[in-house]
Amino acid sequence: MKRLSVVDAERCVGCQCCMFACSRRTNSHGLSESCIGVRSSGGVEHGFTVVTCRVCEDPPCVRACPMDALARTEKRGIHLTEEKCTGCGSCVDACVVGAVFWNSEINKPMICIQCGFCVDFCPHGVLYMKERKAAGHAK
Amino acid sequence: MQSSDPLCNILYVDLTRKRFRVEQRQDLFDRYLGGAGVAAQLLLQSCPEGCDPLGPDNPIVFAVGPLTGLFPLASKTVAMFKSPHTGNLGESHCGGRSAIAIRMAGYGAIVIEGRSEIPVYLAIHGREVHFRDASTLWGMSSSLTAGHIIREREPGSGLRTIMRIGLAGEKMVTYSCVAAETYRHFGRLGLGAVFGSKNLKAIVVSGKRSLPVADNRAYRSVYKGIHQAATSSEVMKKYHDLGTAQNVLPLNKLSGFPTRNLLETKFEAAQEISGEAYAEKYLGRRLACSHCPVACIHIAALREPHEAEPYFYKTSMISYDYEPIYAMGSMLGVGDPEGLLRLLDRAEVLGLDLMTTGPVLSWATEAQEKGLISKKDTGGLSLSWGDWKTYLEATQRIVEQPNDFFAALARGVDHASSIYGGEEFALALGGNEMPGYHTGPAAHVGCLMGARHSHLDNAGYSVDQKVLIKGELSPEALGDALLEEESWRQILSSIVICFFAREIYDVDTVLDCLKAAGFDLDAERLLQIGRDIHREKFRFKMREGFTFEGLRIPERILKTTAPATGLSEEYIRAALDHVRKALI
Repeated sequence: MKRLSVVDAERCVGCQCCMFACSRRTNSHGLSESCIGVRSSGGVEHGFTVVTCRVCEDPPCVRACPMDALARTEKRGIHLTEEKCTGCGSCVDACVVGAVFWNSEINKPMICIQCGFCVDFCPHGVLYMKERKAAGHAK
Repeated sequence: MQSSDPLCNILYVDLTRKRFRVEQRQDLFDRYLGGAGVAAQLLLQSCPEGCDPLGPDNPIVFAVGPLTGLFPLASKTVAMFKSPHTGNLGESHCGGRSAIAIRMAGYGAIVIEGRSEIPVYLAIHGREVHFRDASTLWGMSSSLTAGHIIREREPGSGLRTIMRIGLAGEKMVTYSCVAAETYRHFGRLGLGAVFGSKNLKAIVVSGKRSLPVADNRAYRSVYKGIHQAATSSEVMKKYHDLGTAQNVLPLNKLSGFPTRNLLETKFEAAQEISGEAYAEKYLGRRLACSHCPVACIHIAALREPHEAEPYFYKTSMISYDYEPIYAMGSMLGVGDPEGLLRLLDRAEVLGLDLMTTGPVLSWATEAQEKGLISKKDTGGLSLSWGDWKTYLEATQRIVEQPNDFFAALARGVDHASSIYGGEEFALALGGNEMPGYHTGPAAHVGCLMGARHSHLDNAGYSVDQKVLIKGELSPEALGDALLEEESWRQILSSIVICFFAREIYDVDTVLDCLKAAGFDLDAERLLQIGRDIHREKFRFKMREGFTFEGLRIPERILKTTAPATGLSEEYIRAALDHVRKALI
């Protein structure tokens, strides 16, 4: 599957245009629906950490969901069935890289659907869509 | 504006009573858009006439605009306060993450009032406001350390701003700054001292929310156009490649690069401290403000050996720009690029405005050369051009103020020269130390007439270079040109567009953006709002005792030849008189 990848985080200038692009994709502007995160690596002078979903082979977020609201799909990353989600936040705790974001306006997780919309708005070539094997061990 | 837009929320924080409240003022944003326009109204309302800038009555206003969070480069926060440096309108703009954080926390403006009994820092996370005890952070030698500690204690990584002061603000140096994200500043006019006077060490703001737009399809298409322009234009590429430091060589070539307290206008070591030289030898990282694809912030990596231990190094990351290079470099005759970086670093650590510190030290150097001040005044220091080690120590003493002389320097050149003499070479315009342009009369008229006495108020230096170098302009025509530019810049600073993007955000683009954000305006109305805001600022200035007639013109700027000719007191006064009649 094609998956959003970070080519070189050293090129990241911390503009966060990708985060805003991600929200724009859903027509909910601002940052509440953003599924990508750029934060400094302990102060901007040390550069940036770009957090994206790795679509694990056996995703801990999916396993952690007590309501079966999350599922791994072949083309669109991790899918949330909103009606099933109670907003417990177990998925957020389960992701060690912090790629399960939280929308506190609706109390639901926000996880990348691998659409690649953000890639066009990264001016410094940090992000791209790439055919990759899934992350992590196979079951 | 749209009624569902959280922009209309104004957060009032009372440091004395440790209380806060939110008021909805859609009326203000409908009429004045945001940023400078709204901040001026909030200042007029909250700041009592004639109040002491360092007393509890002086409010601090922060405002962002309707395009913040929606469009690229709407990345500035406007701060307004009564300036302890000039005793009049204080206005300063800062990028970093400040504007996005305030907008995403759900506010259009924040007003801070009163004075805390003990040192505090404010933590504003969305609707929550916490007053945190900052006693332990007070008196710390480095503002960077205070920033590190707050960063580790507070949530919101990646979504927050940390605005803080250094020792200079605590000691109320009238030109101390507030730094955000280490490298961006509310630099000019002494916001740091106002923080210090309130026992306010820092403000953290964070949030993550959604924003409404009026028309999704139109919004996306306007956005795409601006993003494209910002990432492909030549001007923006220059800001990205070399940053503002790109200006060093052209201004030096033009003989408009103030050197050694403006005794000269060409610096023999310009090449060594140019944007090109720093990029080649020291550039360690580029950074961007939130929601700006350009990334103009240039950070040098300075690797220094420890004196006592072999093979032990310290690497400092130090931001540089054109104005700091001018102020602490050419103005002090410092051509050693590493020495200059150390000066910039020291000012950063202490929380001083570099653009003021440079002309203060250059005045002191000339005053000592001329015998107006003695070694007794300087506590044994011999200030001399290029001697950055002595300047490092003098910078520290401006903050520590060990005697009357350094306490005088801590209030700027107007004040220091009123005691020690040397007004003719005390380079302040409207009480604010001069920027790095001696291009001709327009640069100086621009600063004198500007509402905040900043070269960015109306860019007079640009008129010198584009018009006056080639031909003549009557003082009235110059006044009109600068007035027009300044009133347009009120719009840009009210929708908080970075001035670097002013060529992208022309009238039509601004109208399109505002429409997507729910403001239905035409060009005529928009330009009228700009003129109104400009007048409102002058309403505050006049209320606080400003007069055009009282503006001092330092003799030095008239005597040192500039590339654009026509620099005379009569010409400048005639232009100022014309501006006065138009504004008041």
